[in-house]
Amino acid sequence: MIYALCLVLVGIGLYGVLAKKNVVKIVIGLMIMEYGIHLLLILIGYRRNGAFPIMQPGQDPGAYASVAVDPLPQALVLTSIVISLGVLALLVALCLRLYEKYGTFDISEMRRLRG
Amino acid sequence: MIHAIPMMVVLPLAGAFFIPMVSRRAAWVPDAVGNAVMVVLAVISFGLIGREGIYHVGGWPTPLGIDLRLDGLTAILLLAVNGIGLCAALFSVSYMELYTSKFRYYSLFLFMVAGMNGVIITGDLFNLYVFMEIAAIASYALVAFGCEHEELEASFKYAVLGGVASSLILIGIAVVYMITGSLNMAQIADRIQTIGLTPPILLALCLFVAGFGLKAALVPFHAWLPDAHPSAPAPVSAMLSGVLIKAIGVYVMARLFFNVFGPTSDLLAVMRLLGVLSMVIGVLLAVGQWDMKRLFAYHSISQIGYVMLGLGLGTPLGLAGGLFHLLNHSVFKSLLFLNAGSVEYSTGRRNLKQLGGMARILPLTGGTTLVASMSIGGVPPFNGFWSKLIIIFACIRAGFYGLAGWAVLVSVITLASFLKVLRYGFYEAPAEKLRVERSMAPLMAVALLLLAISCLAMSLFVVTGLESPVLVDRAVEALSAGVFGM
Repeated sequence: MIYALCLVLVGIGLYGVLAKKNVVKIVIGLMIMEYGIHLLLILIGYRRNGAFPIMQPGQDPGAYASVAVDPLPQALVLTSIVISLGVLALLVALCLRLYEKYGTFDISEMRRLRG
Repeated sequence: MIHAIPMMVVLPLAGAFFIPMVSRRAAWVPDAVGNAVMVVLAVISFGLIGREGIYHVGGWPTPLGIDLRLDGLTAILLLAVNGIGLCAALFSVSYMELYTSKFRYYSLFLFMVAGMNGVIITGDLFNLYVFMEIAAIASYALVAFGCEHEELEASFKYAVLGGVASSLILIGIAVVYMITGSLNMAQIADRIQTIGLTPPILLALCLFVAGFGLKAALVPFHAWLPDAHPSAPAPVSAMLSGVLIKAIGVYVMARLFFNVFGPTSDLLAVMRLLGVLSMVIGVLLAVGQWDMKRLFAYHSISQIGYVMLGLGLGTPLGLAGGLFHLLNHSVFKSLLFLNAGSVEYSTGRRNLKQLGGMARILPLTGGTTLVASMSIGGVPPFNGFWSKLIIIFACIRAGFYGLAGWAVLVSVITLASFLKVLRYGFYEAPAEKLRVERSMAPLMAVALLLLAISCLAMSLFVVTGLESPVLVDRAVEALSAGVFGM
């Protein structure tokens, strides 16, 4: 159920990318999509009432594995956040340059490329 | 030699960071460092041919750490990426004088090469995603390098669609991790063997087809390519069309479908369908183009269709044809883009209606364009003919007579379209007198000659038989060996 909500978030982002005319809104849509995916990744590793994934000295590895949440998706999400930050910075810079050239944020008025 | 595998990523990454640091000392430093790194990479990738092995990053054993895998398929892809990269870098030395801030260009170029090499050698699904994003972000920036109206527009389109593709792929990776609890390709393959292709795995497969299909510009997902590839500077177009769409699109699909998920008949049918659609629609869209680079870009879609068709047959002969065509296409398509670049360098134009008689003005470019056009059109002594022939034979032998017919038809239309390029661009007298602004630079000529000679030399691969061209046969073995074992 809660996984479906993540996919709803991804769907909202995809709608923003496909349907919006303003380039900034398209970028926001793309970012909403990525946040949905990050949430999904975190949820995969989540365990209700789980312990934090740091093994205490003297703890039995088997007992640790049975209570701790999965730390790997958290590492993945950190990496993925950094990547999406890079994409965001590049896209925003492109939006600014586009505004300088065309004097508008409206994607339907940027139509030099055809055919 | 196994320790040379991580160098394929380490060297270009180090170069990419080193160039901006020292670029203020002297103007020749970025050229020298960029080209030196590419020469070393090309030599290493040549030395890696015929070797196999797994490098464990940080010394961690297989399920715990990240693996770098080297096999026959990896070796030929590395050779293609770094060989074409070397030619593009040589070409850039003079060509990029047309633009400002060369050090940023070389830095981004090396990032792109590092990303592609990483995608090719990694044996870990999330690692693959990270390298793919390095290559993709560098290529978005390189497409926008001219910072004019068209470049920015094309780059925005490319970046948004590329971002959507990456998101779909990341969801796919998340689903695979959820089901199998692993990111290591060998371990995933092992667990999928036991649990089978359950609905969540099929969902992940669909996401991978859509995501990597977008990256490879297969037909329902091709809208960004004809804008993005022509807008980039010529050596970057050569890299994008020549190797990027293959390294982060077709190669990953082949690797995942054949070695991780295991090819089912439905999956192969989807690959064939995408291949035929791209082949036919790409070439039909290409026929009406007058902008030289845009025409070449549409032909990239069409030729990638051939590769997917060959891979989708799933027989060893089909795989050989598809992979051989992948190599051949990377050579002749990058040659074509560099030719367009040298025409643009001399005259400042690339519209066929405004050009003419270039064979007299630039005799070398005229010759290399003739070679590349005959290769892509499938005329006998050149490499494109042999790979198309293998694909058509494979279609017939697998019983797909209709597909073989389409492949022949598309080949004929391709040849016709390139005769148009040769006639209007190179042999017929121009409508108005052309003003030649610059003559050809020597390093550009070297790059063109290297690629043109490879177009002919790669035909020699078939001396070991049409069934198993040398070099390609090991890659076919790697793909048809079935899923990775632990």
